[in-house]
Amino acid sequence: MSDAKTIATQRSAMNIPTGRLAVWWVLVSEIVIFGGVLVSYIMHRIGHPEWHEQAANTNMWIGAFNTFVLLTSSLSAVLAHQAAEQRDGPKAARLLRFTALGGLVFLLVKSYEWTTEIRHGFTIQSSGFWQYYYTAAGLHAFHVLCGMIIMLWVASTAQKNQELHRVENIGIYWHFVDIVWIFLFPLLYIAK
Amino acid sequence: MSGHGHHRNYVKIWAILMGLLVVSVVGPMTGIPVVVLITAFGVALVKAYMVAKNFMHLDVEKPIVHWMMGIALIFMVLLFAGVAPDVMKDHGRRWKKDAGFHPVEAVGHTGAHGGAVEGSHRAPEAPTVPPGEAVSDATPAAPEGVVHDSTDSGH
Repeated sequence: MSDAKTIATQRSAMNIPTGRLAVWWVLVSEIVIFGGVLVSYIMHRIGHPEWHEQAANTNMWIGAFNTFVLLTSSLSAVLAHQAAEQRDGPKAARLLRFTALGGLVFLLVKSYEWTTEIRHGFTIQSSGFWQYYYTAAGLHAFHVLCGMIIMLWVASTAQKNQELHRVENIGIYWHFVDIVWIFLFPLLYIAK
Repeated sequence: MSGHGHHRNYVKIWAILMGLLVVSVVGPMTGIPVVVLITAFGVALVKAYMVAKNFMHLDVEKPIVHWMMGIALIFMVLLFAGVAPDVMKDHGRRWKKDAGFHPVEAVGHTGAHGGAVEGSHRAPEAPTVPPGEAVSDATPAAPEGVVHDSTDSGH
C-alpha cells in the first residue's frame, strides 16, 4: 500500500480540478442571486416607466469610470493567471495586488457616489428604483470587497510560488463580478 | 493550471472592451431608442461574452461547466417568464396592486449630481395614499373607454 497522501487540491472531478469546479459552482449560485435581482429589476422597470425620472439622477460618468476600472482590473487578473501558468509566482502576486487596488478604487468611487446621492435625499427608502439601485449595487460592491480580500490572501501564497492554481480560481470569480457590473452599468446608469 | 491562455493577446482584448465601453456611453447620447437599446444592452452582451470567453476561458472549459452555466441562465428566464405577468400588469383576474405600485405625481427636481432633471420625483418620496384609504383612489385615471375592474380578464 502506498504511503502517498491524498491532497484534496490535486483531485479532479469531471476532469476539472476540484478547486476550479467549486468556483464554477459558486458562480452558478451567484447567477441565481444576481440574476434574480436583475431580472426582477428589469420587469419592474418595464412595468414602471416613471422610474426613468429617478434613474436620471444617477451619474453615468461615474458608472462608466467604474466600468473602466473593473475591466482594467480583469486584465491584470488574467495576466496574473498567465504569470502563474509560467510558474512566476511573484509576478502573479504583483498583478493580483494591482487587481485588488482596482477593486479599492471602485469601492472608493462608489462611496463618493453614494454619499452624494444620499446627501441629496436619494436613500434606499426614496422609491422602488432606489431600493433596487442600492440593493443591486450594494450586493455587487460586497462581492468586490470579498474578492479583494481573497485575492490578497492568494497573492501572499503566490508570492512564495505556492498554490498557484488559486490564481486562476480567484480570477474566474473576479471576471464574473466584472460581468455583473457590465450589466448593472446600462441598467442603472444608461437606461433613463 | 489549465494552460489554456498562452496564445491570447489579453491587452488587445482589453483595448476592444474599452472601445465597446466608449460605444456604450456615446450611443445612448443620441437619444434614438433603437440606438440606445443596441449600444447600451447589445454592447453589454458583447462585452460579457468577450470577458467570459477570453478572460474566464469559458470557450475551452469542460462541457459540464457549460451545462452548469446554461441551466442557471435557464432558471433566470423561467423566473422572468413566471413572475413578469404579475409584476408588469396593473390588474388581472381576482387581484389588483396596492397603492404602492402606482405611479406618483412627478415634480421638478435637481439631480444628485448637479444636473437639472425635468419632471423628477421628490426625494424622499411621500406616500401616495394614506394607510387604510381605498386603493382605487390612487389608481391613475383610465383613458376614456377603459374601465379598471379587478375582476376582468386582463391577466
